[in-house]
Amino acid sequence: MKLFPILGGIHPDYRKERTSEKAIVAMPMPATLYIPLQQHIGAPAEVLVAEGDLVRKGQMIARNQGTVSASQHAPTSGRIKAVTEVAAPHPSGLPQMTIVLESDGKDEWADLPEPIADPFTADMHTINDRVAQSGIVGMGGAAFPSAIKLNLGEQKKLEILLLNGAECEPYLTCDDRVMREYPDEIIDGARIMAHALGTPRIVIAIEQNKPQAIGIMTKAASAFPEIRVVGVPVQYPMGSERHLVQAITGRETPARKLTADLGVVVHNVSTTRAVHHAVRFGRPLVARVVTVSGGAIREPNNVLTPIGTLVSDLVEFCGGFAVRPESVVNGGPMMGQPLPSLDVPVVKGTSGILALTAEEINDSQTSSCIRCGNCVTVCPCGLSPIDMASFIRKDKLDGAAKLGVMDCFSCGSCSWVCPSHIPLVHYFNYAKGALNDLERERSKGDRVKIFVESRTVRLERAAEAKRATLAARKPASDNAAPGNAAEAKPAPTTEEKANA
Amino acid sequence: MSISIASIIKKSGPFAHSSNSVQKTMFTVLLALAPATVFNLYLFGWPAIMLFTVTVGSCVAIEAGCLALADRPVKAALGDYSAILTGWLMAMSLPPWAPWWIGVMAAVFAIALAKHSFGGIGQNVFNPAMVGRTVMLISFPVVMTAWVAPHPLFSAGAPGLMDAIAITFGGHMPDTVSAASALGYVKTELSRGIPVTESIAKVPDLMDMVLGYRAGSLGETSAVLILAGGLFLMFKRIISWHIPLSVMGGVFLMGAIFHAVDPARYASGMFHLVSGATFLGAFFIATDYVTSPVTKKGQLIFGLGCGVLIWLIRTFAGYPEGVAFAVLLMNGLAPIIDQYTRPRAFGRNSKGEPLPLVKEKP
Repeated sequence: MKLFPILGGIHPDYRKERTSEKAIVAMPMPATLYIPLQQHIGAPAEVLVAEGDLVRKGQMIARNQGTVSASQHAPTSGRIKAVTEVAAPHPSGLPQMTIVLESDGKDEWADLPEPIADPFTADMHTINDRVAQSGIVGMGGAAFPSAIKLNLGEQKKLEILLLNGAECEPYLTCDDRVMREYPDEIIDGARIMAHALGTPRIVIAIEQNKPQAIGIMTKAASAFPEIRVVGVPVQYPMGSERHLVQAITGRETPARKLTADLGVVVHNVSTTRAVHHAVRFGRPLVARVVTVSGGAIREPNNVLTPIGTLVSDLVEFCGGFAVRPESVVNGGPMMGQPLPSLDVPVVKGTSGILALTAEEINDSQTSSCIRCGNCVTVCPCGLSPIDMASFIRKDKLDGAAKLGVMDCFSCGSCSWVCPSHIPLVHYFNYAKGALNDLERERSKGDRVKIFVESRTVRLERAAEAKRATLAARKPASDNAAPGNAAEAKPAPTTEEKANA
Repeated sequence: MSISIASIIKKSGPFAHSSNSVQKTMFTVLLALAPATVFNLYLFGWPAIMLFTVTVGSCVAIEAGCLALADRPVKAALGDYSAILTGWLMAMSLPPWAPWWIGVMAAVFAIALAKHSFGGIGQNVFNPAMVGRTVMLISFPVVMTAWVAPHPLFSAGAPGLMDAIAITFGGHMPDTVSAASALGYVKTELSRGIPVTESIAKVPDLMDMVLGYRAGSLGETSAVLILAGGLFLMFKRIISWHIPLSVMGGVFLMGAIFHAVDPARYASGMFHLVSGATFLGAFFIATDYVTSPVTKKGQLIFGLGCGVLIWLIRTFAGYPEGVAFAVLLMNGLAPIIDQYTRPRAFGRNSKGEPLPLVKEKP
């Protein structure tokens, strides 16, 4: 299959060999699990249980609400200890509403929904409803509710379901292991999803540094002519949705559009496997494979981890720390987030927990920019980090916005390559946050304006109606009609962004 | 068990960095310059070694002074080798037997004026080494064009240590040793009405010029070692091919075209390529990160501009060599070139508008 080049990119030290040959092991059920109501992009789920309730494994304990949201399920059987605020697995460490579940040690399954007998003849809504009901979100890290992406088939003509097995982040091997150990489950899930989406073709893209996974997946896919397994070049960030689509199809997703607009929907391989479980067995997403690695971890491993397990329990299962880590990271080293504490839960989007030493991170004091231009060369989005950073340093956010800072997806290539160790991504994250705030303020202002205007219209109409009534000297029985119609609708506030 | 790590979040990601550093980059450039430097110091003997030491030493001392004045960490900043590199490149652009005060004054203009008055490393618009050299050339044209023929160390007639001290620190330039650089000679002869075709026959043949056995500054002679250093830098990915190739291409093409039109008036492209400081300029001066554009497209425009200007200055201006002037002129344009050559963002056209959504036919 002909592949197409992508722009820029880097070749960091991958260090995957520490865990790539370690088969997935299930960790014992922790005594207490902490299930946040929001583990995904979108609105938090609505709590269905209260303190003291007994639940069984797989039982829905929080229901999705609003258009973009995902349900949460009990990862084991036990008693609800509390519904309270617990530190979120986020750099801020801010508290977040969380269901605390005490395991009863029985790990008893609830009555699960019936398997969908023949998914390939089932209506797409049946499958999508099942995926939504099972709380499945993108497991590559973005945690976008998968059912919403599956609904794209209804609105657009789709050509390809692209399975993302690139796993371009250093250290991470969870997708590699899942592909090697459960190829048939992935492929079954993919075929079900392709059926729901209406895509005639499935392409499974795997970076060439995973030859075993490529071999195993190719063999597993050989029975299905519609599936192609493709080894893509090892080039970070190959696993970025838009870049992977470009590498496979040669087409560039226009800014502010989705890859689905080009007829391609991208899902992570582990997500596909979760869909297989949901459709074939009615099992919701209650556990995931997490790569625990980094120089400070005593026994790096790929661990099947119940959702809600504290990072401290997971680290302890992997032998604890051999040395004090410089940073503990949720996700890969390039795009992962630093954890404020180990007392935060593993969530559906947690692909890795890395305890990194200072030598591995290899950061040093920031010095002056020497304009080497490496950041411009490696930027996979064709941006000029050097220029954006100098605007942001002076707090000229408009200038940075004009140069396209909002198109940056924080892949970290520029920061990685910078010889002066300037924290470029940090600047861009700051600018994006600040610009989003400004945008929100503006749309809030717009909304107030609409309210005020519609009120004026309403009052005028009421006054007019009154005058008319007075003029006609008739009883005013039909007075209210125009006023209600002018009730303002809130302007749409944020652009939905599927899978960063 | 809970292990608190609350105190160790220092910075956001990424939590991986290349082994690249400013210090490493500068050091690699010094390494690339070393063979040509050693060979040329040998070729021009003790006076050259002294001037080289004085120039580099002054640059480092002035850098330290400026950093201290600005209340910036002196030791850490000196460790980036940038002042050494500036001094080194500047020493290579001076006449090897020039007196000590040329080196010191050039260092003042390079480091204090061109670099630190703009804000120090990374902030300067103009290449400090070339500013230093150019100010000296304009201010002291006689001293700055007093070239000598090679006097290899320990060879007969080469100045000993004491003679060298007299030359460098006492200002006793022996009259008998002066020689013209090839470019200077051809230019002078042309002004006397002697066609290039004739004068060029009297300069060292091209092969000698390539190897370096000729009069000139440290960096002008020995094109082949400079070339080797430049290729080493490319191999180490410190520089890309864009600037060197476009500089050399510019010089060569202009030379070749005009030579074809009138060989009596214009020297050949090859002559321009291997004479003077073309190679040093192309690989080591024009490629200075700080003062050249950051985009590849911009670098091509910048390099071509340097090349064409070098040829124009050599051919039509008052000075026989034009690398320093050409580079400085293009340095001034680099920020503008950068503005107009920004890469196209992913998913957008060159104006920054989202690409149109075109449905592909299956």
